[in-house]
Amino acid sequence: MIRYIIRRVLFLIPTLLLVSFLVFAIIQAAPGDPAQLALGEGATAEAVETKRQELGLDQPFLIQYLNWLGNVIFRFDFGNSYRSNISVAYQIQNYFPNTLKLSGMAVLLGVLIGVPIGIAAAVKQYSVFDNIVMSFAMIGMSMPAFVLALVMLLLFSVTLRWLPPSGFSTFRQMILPVVALGMQPMAICARMTRSSMLEVIRQDYIRTIRAKGQTELRVIVGHAFKNAVMPILTTVGLQFGALIGGAFVTETIFLIPGFGRLLVTAVTNRDYPLVLGGVVCVAMTVALTNLLIDIAYAFVDPRIRAEFKGAGGGVFPWQKLKKLVLAMTPEK
Amino acid sequence: MAKAQKAGVGHDAGKVKRPHARGGETWRRLRKNNIAFISLFILIALAVFALLADVIAPYPYSEQDPASFLQTPSAAHIFGTDQYGRDIFSRVLYGARISLSVGFIAVGVALVSGGLLGAIAGFYGGRVDNVIMRCMDILLSIPSVLLALAIVAAFGTSVINLMFATGISTVPSYARLVRSSILSIKDQEFVEAARAVGTSDAVIITKHILPNCLAPILVQATFGVATAILTVAGLSFVGLGLQPPIPEWGSMLSDARIYIRDYAYMMVPPAVAIALTVFCLNALGDGLRDALDPKLRD
Repeated sequence: MIRYIIRRVLFLIPTLLLVSFLVFAIIQAAPGDPAQLALGEGATAEAVETKRQELGLDQPFLIQYLNWLGNVIFRFDFGNSYRSNISVAYQIQNYFPNTLKLSGMAVLLGVLIGVPIGIAAAVKQYSVFDNIVMSFAMIGMSMPAFVLALVMLLLFSVTLRWLPPSGFSTFRQMILPVVALGMQPMAICARMTRSSMLEVIRQDYIRTIRAKGQTELRVIVGHAFKNAVMPILTTVGLQFGALIGGAFVTETIFLIPGFGRLLVTAVTNRDYPLVLGGVVCVAMTVALTNLLIDIAYAFVDPRIRAEFKGAGGGVFPWQKLKKLVLAMTPEK
Repeated sequence: MAKAQKAGVGHDAGKVKRPHARGGETWRRLRKNNIAFISLFILIALAVFALLADVIAPYPYSEQDPASFLQTPSAAHIFGTDQYGRDIFSRVLYGARISLSVGFIAVGVALVSGGLLGAIAGFYGGRVDNVIMRCMDILLSIPSVLLALAIVAAFGTSVINLMFATGISTVPSYARLVRSSILSIKDQEFVEAARAVGTSDAVIITKHILPNCLAPILVQATFGVATAILTVAGLSFVGLGLQPPIPEWGSMLSDARIYIRDYAYMMVPPAVAIALTVFCLNALGDGLRDALDPKLRD
């Protein structure tokens, strides 16, 4: 188990390196001179040249990347913002928690409501409840967060004046953004839970458990749900990643000082160090989320645990994994 | 799954009866699904409106009329006018053209490039497979909106850039789909037979293997168009998408947001347009998945 986790953590490193390299390359390929951008239109040619040297822009591309990478790894220094000259790392520390909180609460809301609804819909398949709930899930899935946010803003803060229209420090301020952002994960969770549960409920072992005389509650929650939880976990992980990346629209609407808005401003100002640092930071969070989900798999699924229990050798057991996958795919 | 696909669409549809029969079967099953069928109808209507926007729209999308700005819906302007006196109905129509074309082209590009990469990876296997799929894993680990943001930051916000930016992050999902389909098909007898008579790899991939994995790709692409439309609308909403005066639904909503207190009617048409289009695409994708799923075949 420990070995499995260590391997997955080690696997993270090349991924993050390549992600940062890719984004660095995209940004480098941008037209326009960052030194000129940093100084503004009126700067003299000499000043721009000095700035270029100061920022290390006169160096070859690879050296620039390695310099940047070295600073990030050894000093957690993502450089300074071109516009405000404030440290990028400092800005990330200030803005990221809000986004994390917003996305985390939205996903939590989605899971807490979506999963039970999905289970209930699967148990009562084709019932009126199932039809109504799944129609709503379809609408919820198709309703972009910003449309929902605007509708709720209009209804609850402009017309009814129940909830504040902006900010993110008190509980009342959090309700609207979290619900707006959480609707899509809720709908997706409900749909995923339903289809995953339906798949399991049809299995023979569920009939066996019923035949043994277990109570229906234990059959559904204790056995069926336990076996249906893997795809749901995957969905939750993907949703969390998507929300962190996609929260910027909700943040803009509710004027939340979050990371997405910071990034949008950075893009508008072509503040490249901030864009680069921000994207890499989010990619890291997403990669970590995926890692946590993978580890959770191992806890949930005894097959994976068993696979790695006695595994020797220092390399990732691709062969074993391949065998496992082959064993799970049906014969042609 | 593999067996059903094997019997599926062949390349010489004229001689073989099966492919025809299967297309008809899918169509019949799709028609039984009311929501999906109505969605398809609405989407076709939207596409027709978008194509004929020049004819149908009562006003040019950027024509400003200072005499009649911020007017509530009336006979002259059925959805009202915006803060510059532009006709909202016309702008929504032209917006459909923008959104649909960006969505479909972004997905088209992603599908073709992802499909080819996946096909090559699956067909040749080994090192080629490893290199391609690891690259896809990396692309997949960057949230799609962020990748789009980075590309827009670097190259600016033209329509082409947006299509590319929204398309590129979905390349891996098509690559994975095609690859796994190919892995399950490539060792079957009909591929071996094609190779035995001396067919080249390229022809085997495009004519014999790809048609067999069309079903899952079609479903994925339908959902993909919905996602692409949402991404572009979101980017435009925060001002990083298409720039004014291009009538994009997201940027129209962003304009309307400023007037939400006193002129809330402005918000309704673009909001309904986005939600309806995405809903129809999702419902159609759902319907297609059920219609194409051999497990549910009766």
